[in-house]
Amino acid sequence: MNWILTPFKIIGNYAHTFIRELGRMVCFLATAFFLVAFPPYLLRRIVRQINFIGVKTTLVIVLTGSFTGMVLALQTYYALVKFGAETSLGPVVALSLIRELGPVISALMVTGRAGSALTAEIGIMRISEQIDALDAMALNPYKYLIIPNLLAGIISLPLLNAIFVVVGVWGGYAVGVGLTGVSSGTYFGGIRDFISAKDILEGLYKSLSFGMLITWISCYKGYFTGYGAEGVSKATTQAVVLSSVTILIWDYFMTSILLT
Amino acid sequence: MIEVVDLYKSFKNHEVLRGVNLKVEEGQTLALIGGSGKGKSVLLKLIIGLTKPDRGKILINNQDISKLRGKLLKQLKERCGFVFQGGALFDSLTVFDNVAFPLREKTRMKESQTRDTVLAELARVGLSGAENKYPAEISGGMKKRVALARCLVMKPEIVLFDEPTTGLDPLIGKAIHKLIRDCQKSLHFTAIMVTHEIPAIFSLVDRVAMLYNGRIIASGTPAEIETSQDPVIHQFVHGELEGPISIQ
Repeated sequence: MNWILTPFKIIGNYAHTFIRELGRMVCFLATAFFLVAFPPYLLRRIVRQINFIGVKTTLVIVLTGSFTGMVLALQTYYALVKFGAETSLGPVVALSLIRELGPVISALMVTGRAGSALTAEIGIMRISEQIDALDAMALNPYKYLIIPNLLAGIISLPLLNAIFVVVGVWGGYAVGVGLTGVSSGTYFGGIRDFISAKDILEGLYKSLSFGMLITWISCYKGYFTGYGAEGVSKATTQAVVLSSVTILIWDYFMTSILLT
Repeated sequence: MIEVVDLYKSFKNHEVLRGVNLKVEEGQTLALIGGSGKGKSVLLKLIIGLTKPDRGKILINNQDISKLRGKLLKQLKERCGFVFQGGALFDSLTVFDNVAFPLREKTRMKESQTRDTVLAELARVGLSGAENKYPAEISGGMKKRVALARCLVMKPEIVLFDEPTTGLDPLIGKAIHKLIRDCQKSLHFTAIMVTHEIPAIFSLVDRVAMLYNGRIIASGTPAEIETSQDPVIHQFVHGELEGPISIQ
């Protein structure tokens, strides 16, 4: 009889662990947002984290943005030529970057560069009792460690996304106009005609939510890290994998909602 | 005054504290001794409210810290200080900024006054000139002294020390013990010190309590504990391998 029950037990255990972990994560986020309303507001720490998450990721964003735009223009041009629609190169590149690639790739870059570092930093603070030290000084660790990162993520991601899109469009321009021979007026004229505020807003909503997701998951994994170096290493890996997977899943749902 | 009444704490299925009773009078220094990993640090963290007990009371000046929430808990914590085993210094801040941290965050002190206070506190612990160093650049003994300075800069009424001399050589250890004693004399705080420095600690504290099997099995003056005929205390205090305490 046991062999029949065992698979159900395993599935049940996984489901139980998943729901419990999700519940803890939601409580963690709710506590952080509840505490945002109360002083101290620690603006200097928020600015410092914007520098860490946003400013220091700019170079990576510029590099990935430009090459994404370039390869997108190259691939799209060869597809459009088959239909005689190469004049649509500008709007196709811009739409893809604004609605999809900009928010997703910039979020994945931030996850790799800043999210992993956040988890490791908070995790090390946990295992070396620095978080307990804050608590012992009657200072709320959420105020000092979690809220500045959450707000910095929410502020930085849309800005990084904007940089990614602009650089990507210019990268597409360099390939489209410089290599394939599409005229400059056609490239930018099409973008002006076909891109609406709704498209830009979709990208903005996505990057705002990704900013929150990355910092939420990274801070949570660091705050509740396991013991020792192995615990921090596992937490960092989990944070990067979970953030990346969640970004892609959340992106699908947001796209399906925003397109309707 | 600190009073712990019938305190229980367990982690998952492992019961660490099984009815701890302990009393520390105002201005006294109590050494808490016992085997490694037997719950001494947990007891300290319960006393300062870093974790909640399963049941029992922790009275600090007749206020039960385990029942306090929000502002009241914060006010009580502000009167206490904790010196962590590894120092728990913020590694992104310099020695100066570590000591200044609670002043900047908890008071409205002017920066010039903060500077004077921090430098005076660093001088008290013998660290003048080290203020611009980062925790990674200083020795273990210096870290413990910075942690002590960070704790004392807020003039706490109660200070809890978690193995303040572990991992240090005997001379530095002795210097830190003396420093703690001098600070206690000048600031008159009540202290609980988790330590394994037996019998060196006996000349520095007012009372000694021993934690064994999740309970305080003895509490008395250092002389009483040192001369105790209880086989468990005798074996532990004299570091004998044979006896009722099994070595795992």
